[in-house]
Amino acid sequence: MDAVALSRLQFAFTIGFHILWPTLTIGTAWFVTVLSALWWRTGNTVYRDLMRFWMRLFALGFGMGVVTGIVLSYEIGTNWAGFSRSVANVLGPLFAYETMTAFFLEAGFIGIMLFGEGRVSRGAHFFACLMVAVGALISSTWIIAANSWMQTPAGAIADADGIYHVVSWWDVIFTASFPYRLAHMVCASFLTCSFVIAGVSALHLWRGQHVAASRTAFSMALWLALVLAPLQIVIGDMHGRNTMVEQPTKLAAMEGLWETTKGPAMTVIAWPDMAAQKNLYAIDIPHLASLYLTHSWDGEVQGLKAVPEADQPYVPVVFFAFRIMAGIGVVLLATAITGFVLRLRGRLFTARWFQIVTMATTPLGFLAVLAGWTVTESGRQPWIIYGALRTADAAAPVAAGAVTTSLLIFFAVYNVLLLAFVWFAGRVALKGPIDSSPAAREHPGMERSTLGAFTTSPVPSPVRGTDPARA
Amino acid sequence: MTELLQADYVPLFFAAVAVFCVTVYVLADGLDLGVGILFLFAPRDADRDLMMASIEPVWDGNETWLVMGGTLLFAAFPAGYYILLPAFYLPIMFMLFALIFRGVAFGFRLQATRFRLVWDIAFFAGSVLATFCQGLILGGLIAGVPVENGMFAGGPFSFLNLLGVLCGVGLVGGYALIGAGWLIWKTDGATQVFAREIAHAALILTGAMMALVSAWSAWSVPEVAARWFALPNLLLLAPVPLVTLAVIVALWRGIWEGAQARTFLLALALFALGLVGLIVSLWPYLVPRHVTVWDGMSDTQSVAFLAVGVAIIIPIVLAYQAHAYWVFRGKTVHEHGAYGGHAGS
Repeated sequence: MDAVALSRLQFAFTIGFHILWPTLTIGTAWFVTVLSALWWRTGNTVYRDLMRFWMRLFALGFGMGVVTGIVLSYEIGTNWAGFSRSVANVLGPLFAYETMTAFFLEAGFIGIMLFGEGRVSRGAHFFACLMVAVGALISSTWIIAANSWMQTPAGAIADADGIYHVVSWWDVIFTASFPYRLAHMVCASFLTCSFVIAGVSALHLWRGQHVAASRTAFSMALWLALVLAPLQIVIGDMHGRNTMVEQPTKLAAMEGLWETTKGPAMTVIAWPDMAAQKNLYAIDIPHLASLYLTHSWDGEVQGLKAVPEADQPYVPVVFFAFRIMAGIGVVLLATAITGFVLRLRGRLFTARWFQIVTMATTPLGFLAVLAGWTVTESGRQPWIIYGALRTADAAAPVAAGAVTTSLLIFFAVYNVLLLAFVWFAGRVALKGPIDSSPAAREHPGMERSTLGAFTTSPVPSPVRGTDPARA
Repeated sequence: MTELLQADYVPLFFAAVAVFCVTVYVLADGLDLGVGILFLFAPRDADRDLMMASIEPVWDGNETWLVMGGTLLFAAFPAGYYILLPAFYLPIMFMLFALIFRGVAFGFRLQATRFRLVWDIAFFAGSVLATFCQGLILGGLIAGVPVENGMFAGGPFSFLNLLGVLCGVGLVGGYALIGAGWLIWKTDGATQVFAREIAHAALILTGAMMALVSAWSAWSVPEVAARWFALPNLLLLAPVPLVTLAVIVALWRGIWEGAQARTFLLALALFALGLVGLIVSLWPYLVPRHVTVWDGMSDTQSVAFLAVGVAIIIPIVLAYQAHAYWVFRGKTVHEHGAYGGHAGS
């Protein structure tokens, strides 16, 4: 493989691995914030215990997000120097604003959120949680703005050397696809987290542990899922129709539609054959795609063949990734509705089969997010800036051997990290929200120390609420 | 506004902001990388618990300045971003791998029971490797990178030279010194004694490497020698090495006797002086001897948009970062917040 293909593979792998953690932490940061507010206002210790428990899982995911995110801010230069040279005037300030308004905000308050409970008041702790959660949303706003500009560029013009110059910042940030992408991604994060919370709570209910706290979390998560699962499908539909207007080739790849057609059928499943420029083994439902894309029986939808083959993305990847994402969306909706029916019948906490179902849905949101980003990013190919700059022209002058080395190490390191995360987060999740244990047990590592410097000094643990006035 | 921003001092302003970000990064992340470098030298597990606890609440904020440096370079001086980053491909990648391991070690070490040593090593080795890679980049920058047609034109190992190795070793010593100063300030008892003892070794290493790097860059890079040794520069710049020497002497004498924060503050001063020396050597180049800060800057339009944010937001950021340090002021007490509690308890 050449350096461009290797750089693409590396960027896809590192950004795909990275997106898992913001997906997890955007939603859980808000869940912790809500719990912190409830604990502050009601003084109900169930909320405190849940908050501490989810904070622990959040902390592990946040650390992963930080370290894998730093990689990306440098990879754009190391591997995509041609792209950087071309778009620095446009995207540079957006990334700088993301760092200034989001990363610093999160970093400034994460310490107080995770370690400051005993040092600041409950209200101040809630404020710190809120700042971290707001920071996560601000970060997604800037980064989606930058990505949307690559999909539907506006507000900037390229000169003879291919360098973009900004004409209007408003147009650069609020591009045609930006609101749909932002809503779709933020909703995806909340939806994924609601199923993570439901799944972990279901595990505790299944094992009969921490019943009060788990019921509260299970119920909250399934209410949220009931609202978000249908909402996400509506947003997805709006996003799809926006793509049809703005990036018709990508939409045609998602639908597996080769010819420009009036009243196109929905292709349930097929093998899109790039060489023959048609679908093999297709199962079609007549007129259905026309109905959901154009909201009419005989609407016209542009096909892939409207552009030369050299300007088409690799269709099978886009086509199948879209089906995985949409399929998971339907499964999550069905699960949320089932939960609602069980709730109406008063069996939400007792139906053990439903606990297994919810546990099984825990990773699905992440898969859908990965599939969705695959659709939008590989659907944009062969362009890095849609219709303007080809990915092949955007690479950096780096040697293929150097990229191979870094790619192999990324692959090994990230797999180790994922294993470590699953291992440690799994253990935290299994242990569950217990926090009424005595303070002496809250000092792991102490018992291992050979000198008595710390074990003999009675250090109160303010975090764990040994002070009865606070606990 | 636009006329104002077309003036010659605009690149100066952004160069100052960039230097400021690098300084804050080196000083802030220097202290927690330094604690990581000292991690395995500490005699007992209890020391390590305390050392990590002292930087746990602030390390993320410190490391964010590295992202700020990268994005600011991209936004304000793109030529630096798209020429230098491919030029330092391998050391940047290895720095990132190292930062990944030390970053996740914060969370995972406290969770680990049987394999705790693995995360201790990850934290130590990650800190050392990240620091050494930063030194390699620094040395490569002073020596210069090959540029043709406005793009990097070297191979994957063009960055490697003796100067980089010297800078790498010096930076490991320097961060260790800042880390030791931090521990003297933030801990007491046996951990503080350990920090005082190792501070001497770190200071010797730092001082020796600063001298070697200065001498070797003057010897091997004629432009650097011309900058320092031509009259009247020689007289004007003489205070820089003299003050540096005075700081080193004050550090040496103050490690056992001085006030608790003194070693830390003097170590920061030593680094600031090193940066002054670096700027003297390289000014006004963004990519040494190829692209100046005036040639490498992005559009007025983009810089104007960025300037608003920098002027308003950076002071606010500094205020709440200072606040975060203030919340965790005083001697560190080993306790567990969100990461806390291993499964065995």
